[in-house]
Amino acid sequence: MATLGLRPHDSGFPHRHLLGIEGLSADQISFLLDLSESYVALSRSEQKKTDLLRGRTVINLFFESSTRTRTSFELAGKRLGADVINMSVAWSSIKKGETLIDTAMTLNAMHPDVLVVRHPDSGAVKLLSEKVNGAIINAGDGSHEHPTQALLDALTIRRRKGRLAGLTVAICGDILHSRVARSNVHLLSTMGARVRLVAPPTLLPTAIERMGVEVFFDMRKALEGCDIVMMLRLQTERMHGSFVPSIREYFRFYGLDREKLSAAKDDALVMHPGPMNRGVEIDSELADDIDRSLIREQVEMGVAVRMACLDVLTRSLRRNEPPGDST
Amino acid sequence: MSATAYVNARLLDPESGLDAPGGLLVERGRIADIGPRLFAEGVPDGARRVDCGGHCLAPGLIDMRVQLREPGEEHKETIVTAGQAAVVGGVTSVVALPNTEPVIDDVAGVEFIARRAREAKLVKVYTYAAATRRLEGKEITEIGLLAEFGARGFTDGLKAIANARVMRRALSYARAFDQVIIQHPEDPSLADGVMNEGEIATRLGLDGIPTAAEAIMVERDLRLVELTGGRYHAAHVSTAAAVDAIRRAKARGLAVTCDTAPHYFTLNETAVGDYRTFAKVSPPLRSEEDRQAVAEAVADGTIDAIASDHCPHDQEGKRLPFAIAEAGIAGLETLLPLSLALHHKGGIGLLDLLARVTARPAAILGLPGGRLAKGAPADLVLFDPEHPWLIDPDSFRSKSKNSPFDKHPVQGKVLATIVDGRPLYEAEV
Repeated sequence: MATLGLRPHDSGFPHRHLLGIEGLSADQISFLLDLSESYVALSRSEQKKTDLLRGRTVINLFFESSTRTRTSFELAGKRLGADVINMSVAWSSIKKGETLIDTAMTLNAMHPDVLVVRHPDSGAVKLLSEKVNGAIINAGDGSHEHPTQALLDALTIRRRKGRLAGLTVAICGDILHSRVARSNVHLLSTMGARVRLVAPPTLLPTAIERMGVEVFFDMRKALEGCDIVMMLRLQTERMHGSFVPSIREYFRFYGLDREKLSAAKDDALVMHPGPMNRGVEIDSELADDIDRSLIREQVEMGVAVRMACLDVLTRSLRRNEPPGDST
Repeated sequence: MSATAYVNARLLDPESGLDAPGGLLVERGRIADIGPRLFAEGVPDGARRVDCGGHCLAPGLIDMRVQLREPGEEHKETIVTAGQAAVVGGVTSVVALPNTEPVIDDVAGVEFIARRAREAKLVKVYTYAAATRRLEGKEITEIGLLAEFGARGFTDGLKAIANARVMRRALSYARAFDQVIIQHPEDPSLADGVMNEGEIATRLGLDGIPTAAEAIMVERDLRLVELTGGRYHAAHVSTAAAVDAIRRAKARGLAVTCDTAPHYFTLNETAVGDYRTFAKVSPPLRSEEDRQAVAEAVADGTIDAIASDHCPHDQEGKRLPFAIAEAGIAGLETLLPLSLALHHKGGIGLLDLLARVTARPAAILGLPGGRLAKGAPADLVLFDPEHPWLIDPDSFRSKSKNSPFDKHPVQGKVLATIVDGRPLYEAEV
């Protein structure tokens, strides 16, 4: 459903765009993760840069403010030798879509090879992918998907635990509005991990259990026997009486602290996509505990995963093939 | 004055139950005579003879929920283009929603529509008037005066009359003029999503609208009908829960009617697929269970009428991220063939189905058409119920082509449309 433009002759990753995790096979995900590993090595070496994408143009098109993801993509593009341009577009639903389609047309005329797009509306990146010629990477659309985040989370887990299959992962917090949660649910269940979701009922979307997950309202029960505890950010505007009554009540029942974490396995690890609300969804000291927290490692893996994505989506170009559904 | 003799027709009149081969004579814009043996002795001298080829001759369709977009949004539709679309669809009367710019909430607005319709010389155009001033849901409009000038019912269009006290007063006051209050039945505080709540909305990351949003509003309104004795009509019912509530209310004898639109018994929420904005409608397409319940309710008469809910939008309104795209389908030209599918699937007889688009809406709104009877206006549709074809929105006469039914196979084609005896449309066959 989420990925389009099958190119059957390209065995490793046959899609033209990366619009979501839903629809990717376990082999395709493993292929991306394996490739990412090589970019971790490169990023840790002295000479961090290749000229793989020399002469290629990557445009970061962000309709929603983001420092971390944009920077991560920018660095990934530059390390591959691409020309990277950042475009931030102020987006309000009052101005409606003229901006989206017009921007797409304008950018198309600049012949970008890859467009990295973030947009506050679910499905907007898919819509854009129908209007442009280059490859599209979804850097987060509304509450729908954030595929590179799920890939970097998976890479982080796999490096620390050696596998994904058979692990129990609890995802906690604002599932309702979270594209990170959706992409992670798709990826982890495709790879054979057991996924538990923990949130107050007001922050859980309807029929989420149909996506092959177990749902918990009680965080201690949810964390029992878990290998990974993945925390989600709770937006400020949702903290005061709209979805949860107050910050202190939320932290009391759904904030991760050492006491709740003690229900998980002794070697359970903690993740967070950032930026964190310390003292809201996660205890500050725990977030900084390098024995338990993978949060900084996630940032490092982010760059490697995005390098891998830029690499695979430009392979057909580099083989001088026409983009799209040729033969 | 010349007369026209329609010969060799299959006459279908839902009101009288007539379904027989025969002929129909039109004089001075009215049905002068009708009957199985009408032209046994030949057509009257001087009458034009039209051979119907054995096809169905029925009352012209009455579409009780149409947005004309005039005044105010003439780039999407006008009274003329809507009229041209209507005749292609076999529709001879449309009833317009008051959500124009300006809102039809005063006598001048009602007169404007009437004048533009006279100038257009196409189908009959009736209009609802707003139930509350500027559709703000606060103060009721001049229901008596508006009715005197021809308004055929009172509604806030796409907005629910949400405040219970205002709804109570509207229902109550309208009794004095025997006017019906037409509700968009959705609790707005629960209906702030963009598609049906459920697994698909969750996967797509779109805000859902629960079926309870409709059921709650219908059930509240039914209480208010009981309280006031008013006449109430629920528009475009989309859920099994609302259908059940209305079925029970009818059994209790309340003055309650309702309609639905073809998309609610033709499609379900899966039509949204990968953010297809053409499938964005208000209320949203529901689950398969709801779709079936709506289809059954059309068949058993709980749903009185089928209206196209014609909602023209230009490309700019639909080529947007799903959440902010406009809701609605341009439906005038597909009302009959989509509705006929219910008959072809065996759920409902042809006469009963036709009643939902002719006699029933006429009765609810007190309109003169909708029947084949001596003295009735000669508003007629000639159609072939079997003819198979594929819907092609690009060929719509409507200014707007927003339809999710592109290449949708249907069976049943309008061959000719006659309004007040004037032949306005003839299909190229």
